[in-house]
Amino acid sequence: MTRSALPGFGLTLGVTVTWLSLIVLLPLAALALRPWELGIAGVWQSVTEPRVLAALRLSFGAAALAAAVNVPLGLLIAWVMVRYRFPGRSLADALIDIPLALPTAVAGISLTALFAPKGWLGAWLAPIGIQVAYTPLGILVALIFVGLPFVVRTLEPVILDLPADAEEAAAVLGATRPQTLCRIVLPALAPALLGGFGAAFARGVGEYGSVIFIAGNRPMVSEIAPLLIVIRLEQLNYAGAAALGLVMLVVSFGLLLGLNRLHRRAA
Amino acid sequence: MPLPFLTRRIALGALLAAPSTRAAEATTLLNVSYDPTRELYRDINKAFIAAWTAKTHEALTINQSHGGSGAQARAVLDGLQADVVTLALAADIDALAKRGLLGSDWQTRLPDNAAPYTSTIVFVVRQGNPKQIHDWPDLLKPGVQVITPNPKTSGGARWNFLAALAWAKRQPGATDASVESFIQALFRQVPVLDTGARGATTSFAQRGLGDVLLAWENEAFLVRKEFGETDFAIVLPSVSVLAEPPVAVVDRVVDKRGTRQVAEAYLRFLYTPEAQEIAARNFYRPRDPAVAARYASVFPALTLATIQDFGGWDKAQPAYFADGGLFDRIYAPGK
Repeated sequence: MTRSALPGFGLTLGVTVTWLSLIVLLPLAALALRPWELGIAGVWQSVTEPRVLAALRLSFGAAALAAAVNVPLGLLIAWVMVRYRFPGRSLADALIDIPLALPTAVAGISLTALFAPKGWLGAWLAPIGIQVAYTPLGILVALIFVGLPFVVRTLEPVILDLPADAEEAAAVLGATRPQTLCRIVLPALAPALLGGFGAAFARGVGEYGSVIFIAGNRPMVSEIAPLLIVIRLEQLNYAGAAALGLVMLVVSFGLLLGLNRLHRRAA
Repeated sequence: MPLPFLTRRIALGALLAAPSTRAAEATTLLNVSYDPTRELYRDINKAFIAAWTAKTHEALTINQSHGGSGAQARAVLDGLQADVVTLALAADIDALAKRGLLGSDWQTRLPDNAAPYTSTIVFVVRQGNPKQIHDWPDLLKPGVQVITPNPKTSGGARWNFLAALAWAKRQPGATDASVESFIQALFRQVPVLDTGARGATTSFAQRGLGDVLLAWENEAFLVRKEFGETDFAIVLPSVSVLAEPPVAVVDRVVDKRGTRQVAEAYLRFLYTPEAQEIAARNFYRPRDPAVAARYASVFPALTLATIQDFGGWDKAQPAYFADGGLFDRIYAPGK
């Protein structure tokens, strides 16, 4: 066996595996073991009820849509933050991270107060027939809010590293600005865009605190899967809650794995 | 639910509910309670501590913890060291008894089914009652939005649900199908299902959502106190339900912590005229006849169904609220 040129491989790998096992795998294993007291048929039944399926569709659908909205907007913001210098830039830079630092319940309550029929924005939207708070649209708004920093922060270092000479060369060779953007800039950013999408999506799927206040929580309409887990826990149905948790885990893991594959291929 | 309008009190509650430090000099008790009792137990604790210290010359600290009744029961089950539980429904304390935290005879250890005060479910409407809501059938009028929390997560919402059931069952010619279709029509009018009673109150009073709030009577009075007597009115339906929020000492915890004596004294104190007076002032219906007589004008007599009319919690819980129960069925697709 040849020794790796990098020192400390054994030690670092050992720490990595131990830490991952302790922090990630152990709780996941506990989750994966819990539902089976219901029996395979019981688990299947408890995760295929129409109400559960509706909640899963909503959680994954809204998270995907919110991430999809955040990608172009996040790209724009990251671009402006990296490429331009303007007064108040550092303030704006700090603002982007607020959704990460703010307790999610505070975000949820603020958004609800804003979008409720009597709120600042809600009062304007209500007359034109748009209701945001207490509808799936409200869930989307909350998820866009919490997901934005993930896209911006993933893109910024990559935009920073974009070689300016490629863009200059394109311009010299007679490319129009849209051509430069589509042929040169966006392909180079594609992996980072995918990565940002994945991070925002993953955050959205599991989000509870901010959504619960604005969602309305009506079964079949605006009830997210994490709320169903909480409801099952409160009914002391630990196995049913774990079954639903396991489904979310498996689906999320599959999707993130797929995204990572794409990411690597694009890179 | 930590919501803005009562934040000061909630912050206080959270402070009090912080993990009890077992200081050598002071005995501590933890009272794990449900959502709207914050104000009640703040007053009760002050009075009891004074009485206890006067009698025994021992320092005593009582910590409070509040949340949805079901969530609180689960927290105790998962190891929260509650000396006493004061929850919204007997079913939640039964769940603790079933898992051996206290004796199954807990409800006979204290008078009145171990419920020292009662409450009922009333309607809160907006100023001038613009939608003319006077009784249960008015809730089904087109365009009326009804605010109630989710019976799956809120004890108060379960009493709301039972009060509606009680009315539907008492209609002439009522059948199971007619009762079910009334409940289903009622929940079609519900635009938001908050997880707890306080959340529903906030949605209605602060966010301006809905035309009528189904609420604990004490919560209804609190809405008027906090948001102005003129903006909201209380409507008493022709039939409601006698809600008996029970209290119990958690045997396993007090025996471990050596706090049985003070915990039992604390709960017995709830039945004294002094505590009954405090309960009435916080808009809970007192059991003590003399105190009740003094507050007769505050708490008008109502036709009240009891949980026994539904066969007790052992029957009502699975029939209406457990997975596949009536509440789940009315939301099943295609209905």
